[in-house]
Amino acid sequence: MCLAVPMKLVEMVNEDFGRVDAGGVRTDVNLMMIPHAQLGDYLIVHAGFGIEVLDQEEAEIRLDLFREIAEATAGLEVD
Amino acid sequence: MTKPMTKISLGHGGGGKMTGSLIKDTILPRLDRGRLGALPDSVVLDGFGDRIAYTTDSFVVSPIFFPGGDIGSLSIHGTCNDIACSGARPLFISMGLILEEGFELAQLERILDSAAKAADEAGVQIVTGDTKVVPRGAADKIFINTSGIGRVEAQAPLGPEQIQIDDKIIVSGPVGAHGMAVMLSRAEFSFSFDIQTDSASVWPIVERLLPLKSEIRFLRDPTRGGLAATLNEVAQLSNKGIEIEESSIPVDQSVNAAAEMLGIDPLQAANEGKIVAVVAPGSVDHVMSLLVDLPIAEGAAVIGTITDTNASKVVMKTRVGGTRILAEPSGELLPRIC
Amino acid sequence: MKPEQEKQTATALSDAIHDLASRIPREIKIMEVCGTHTMSIHAAGLKKLFPPNLNLVSGPGCPVCVTEKSFIDEAILIARKYDVVIATFGDLVRVPGDEGSLAEFRAEGGAVKVVYSPLDAIAIAKECAPTPVVFLGVGFETTIPTVAATVKTARLQGINNLYVLTAFKTIHPPLKTLADKPDLDGFLLPGHVAAILGSNCFDYLVKDFHKPGVVAGFEALDILIAVRDLVSMLAENKPAIANDYKRVVRDAGNPVARALMEEVFSPCVAQWRGLGVIPGSGLEFRHKYNDFDAAKLFAVGTPQSKDDPRCRCAAIITGSKTPAHCGLFGKECTPEYPVGPCMVSSEGTCAAYYKYGGA
Repeated sequence: MCLAVPMKLVEMVNEDFGRVDAGGVRTDVNLMMIPHAQLGDYLIVHAGFGIEVLDQEEAEIRLDLFREIAEATAGLEVD
Repeated sequence: MTKPMTKISLGHGGGGKMTGSLIKDTILPRLDRGRLGALPDSVVLDGFGDRIAYTTDSFVVSPIFFPGGDIGSLSIHGTCNDIACSGARPLFISMGLILEEGFELAQLERILDSAAKAADEAGVQIVTGDTKVVPRGAADKIFINTSGIGRVEAQAPLGPEQIQIDDKIIVSGPVGAHGMAVMLSRAEFSFSFDIQTDSASVWPIVERLLPLKSEIRFLRDPTRGGLAATLNEVAQLSNKGIEIEESSIPVDQSVNAAAEMLGIDPLQAANEGKIVAVVAPGSVDHVMSLLVDLPIAEGAAVIGTITDTNASKVVMKTRVGGTRILAEPSGELLPRIC
Repeated sequence: MKPEQEKQTATALSDAIHDLASRIPREIKIMEVCGTHTMSIHAAGLKKLFPPNLNLVSGPGCPVCVTEKSFIDEAILIARKYDVVIATFGDLVRVPGDEGSLAEFRAEGGAVKVVYSPLDAIAIAKECAPTPVVFLGVGFETTIPTVAATVKTARLQGINNLYVLTAFKTIHPPLKTLADKPDLDGFLLPGHVAAILGSNCFDYLVKDFHKPGVVAGFEALDILIAVRDLVSMLAENKPAIANDYKRVVRDAGNPVARALMEEVFSPCVAQWRGLGVIPGSGLEFRHKYNDFDAAKLFAVGTPQSKDDPRCRCAAIITGSKTPAHCGLFGKECTPEYPVGPCMVSSEGTCAAYYKYGGA
C-alpha cells in the first residue's frame, strides 16, 4: 500500500528539509517526522517525506542472516 | 532598420517573406549541406542501389530539452535507428517543423544546431524540409517530423520470420535511461540527477553485425514502451516464446534508483540509442566480440533465448529463482506512491 | 548481496517453507495485507517458490482498490462545477468512474496535475492562486501523515486555495474483520504502515483471533523470510506477532507521524469497496482544519456511482476470490480498459495477475 525507498541524507537544506541521494538521484525531502535524522543516515522516503530512519545495525544483522542462509546451502551442496 | 527577430510569430508560417527569411536566415545556415538550399518540396536522390529503406517519425517530447539531448537530436536519432533496424545505412533525412506562436527563436536555434550535429555524427544529411507555425496553444512549443531514407546493406533478410528456436537475444547496453531522464526532467518533479538520455544512432552497431549475414535474424530499437514492449513484439511477431534472465538485463544504478523511487519499471522506460538483436546461438560470442570496443554498445549483454514453449509470451526468470510473465506496458508511465 | 548469494538464500528459504508446510496437512491461506507486497510477490515470481498447499491471497491494502468509485466521480464533478485544479498521485489517474477517469477528464481539458508528494500540491496552489487546488487524499497510515504535514504547512504559509478531498483509510478495522474469517491462517503485515503504527499495534491478532502476523519488508528475500516465519508459527501452532523488518519498523512506530495525523484528522465511518461500511475506518478533518475540507466547501452531492455488477473486485479484495474467478478478467477488463479498481491500480491484484501472469 505504500512504496518507500531508502535514500541517504547528504545535506541539510533548512530546518524542515534535507537533500537525499540514491544512486545519484537527488531530491529534497521533508524531515518533519524524523527530527532525529542525522547526515549520513539512510531515510525511508515516502511521497517526499522521510518517514523513518533506517537502522543500519539491524540492516547488517539481516544481511548477515541472509548470507548465513546462503552459505549453509552452499556448504550442503559441496558435501 | 527592422528590429531583430526574437520570437516566432504566426507570420513565420504564412509562406511569404517572413517564412522565407526564417528559412534563409535561421534554418538553411544550420542544416544545409549542399542539397537543402535548393528548397525542393521533394528531393530526387542519386546513389541508390536497388533497395532503399524509408521511414518517418514525429517527435513531440516534453520537455523539449533534457539531459544529454533535446527534441532536435532525438528527431535525427529516432529516424536513423528505424532505418538501421532494417539493415540499412541511414543517408537522407527530411525535417518538418511545427512551431507554436511565441516560441523563442533562441530555443529553435539550439534545437536546429543539435539536430545538425546529430545528423553530421550519424552520417546523414537533412535534404528537404517544411516549416509551419500554429497559434499559441495549438502545439506545445515545437513538434518535429522526420522521414529518412537508407541504403539496404544487409546481405540476408532480417525479420521475425527468420527467428528460430534457441536463438539468443542481445541488448546493446543498459536500458531505461532515456525514459527516466525525460520523466525526471519534467517540471512537476524537483529531482536532480545524473541520468542522461542514451539518444544516439545505432547504425555503427548494425554495421558491425551485418557481415554475419543470416546469423543475425532480427533487429529492433526498444523505444517507447522500453525493452518490455520490444520483447513482447518479438515474441508476438515470431509466434515463439522468449525466456529472459532478470539478472542479466543491464540497468544503470541511477536509473534503477529513480525507477524504484517513482514506482516505475525501468524495462518499460524508453531507449533511444539501443538495439535488441536476435542472433543465431552459435554466433553469440562472435557478436559480443564485435561490440566490445564500440562505445555505444558499452554494457551489451545476452539477456535471453527464443523458446518453443510459451509462444508469443515473454517469461522472466527472476533474480531469486522465481518466474513471471514480462507483460507489455500499458499506457503512459505514471509515478505512484503505492 | 551478490546475485548468486541472493538466489541461494531464496532457494534455502523456499526449501524451509516447503519443509514447514509439509507438516501442515491442509491448505494454508496467508493474506498479504499490503498491495505493495502483492506487487513484489508477483514481480519476483515468488509463487513458484511456494509449496502447493500454501496460498497467498491479496488483502485490502491497496488504496486505489478499496476507494469507492463515487470518490473519482465526486472529484471530477467538483472540478467541472467549481473549475478547480485537481492534484493527485499518479495511482488514481486511470481509475474509471461513471464520469470517466481523471485521464479522460484531462484530455477534455480538465486541469489534472500528477504529483509525487502532497507538498507539490502547495507549489501548484501558489502557482495557480487564486484558483482552488483540490488534492485527492487517498492512502493508509503511511501516506496520511504526509498529507497532514502538508495541510499544516499550507496553513503556516498562509495558502488559502488548497483543499483536500479525503478518502483515507485506516488498517486496523478491516484487518479485524478479516482476522475473524476462519479460512485465513495468518497475515503478512504491511511494513511501511507498521513503520508509523509500530509492530506492537497488531497484538490483537494473536490475543483476540489466535492468528500469527509478521511485519515484512518489500525485497523478495524479506517476503520469503516472513512467510517462512509465518508458516513456522502455524506448524508449531504458536501464533505471535514478529517483526522481520526491524531495520525500518520500531516497536512503537513513529510517534511524531502519528501525532501529526491525529492533530489534523479524526476517525469517521468509511465505505470500503469490497468490505462495505466499517465504522471508525476512515479519517475526516478535525474542526480546526475544516477550511481544507473540499467535500464541505465544494458541494456536489454524493454521486450515485454504479459498479459493473459482473466485476468481482469486492471478493478479490477480501481474498475470497482470485482474478481467475472473474469473467471480465483479461477480456473486457485489462490495464488499458480497466473495469474495476483492482485492474487499475498497479498494485491491484488483477493488474498484478495480468502483468505477471498470475498463478
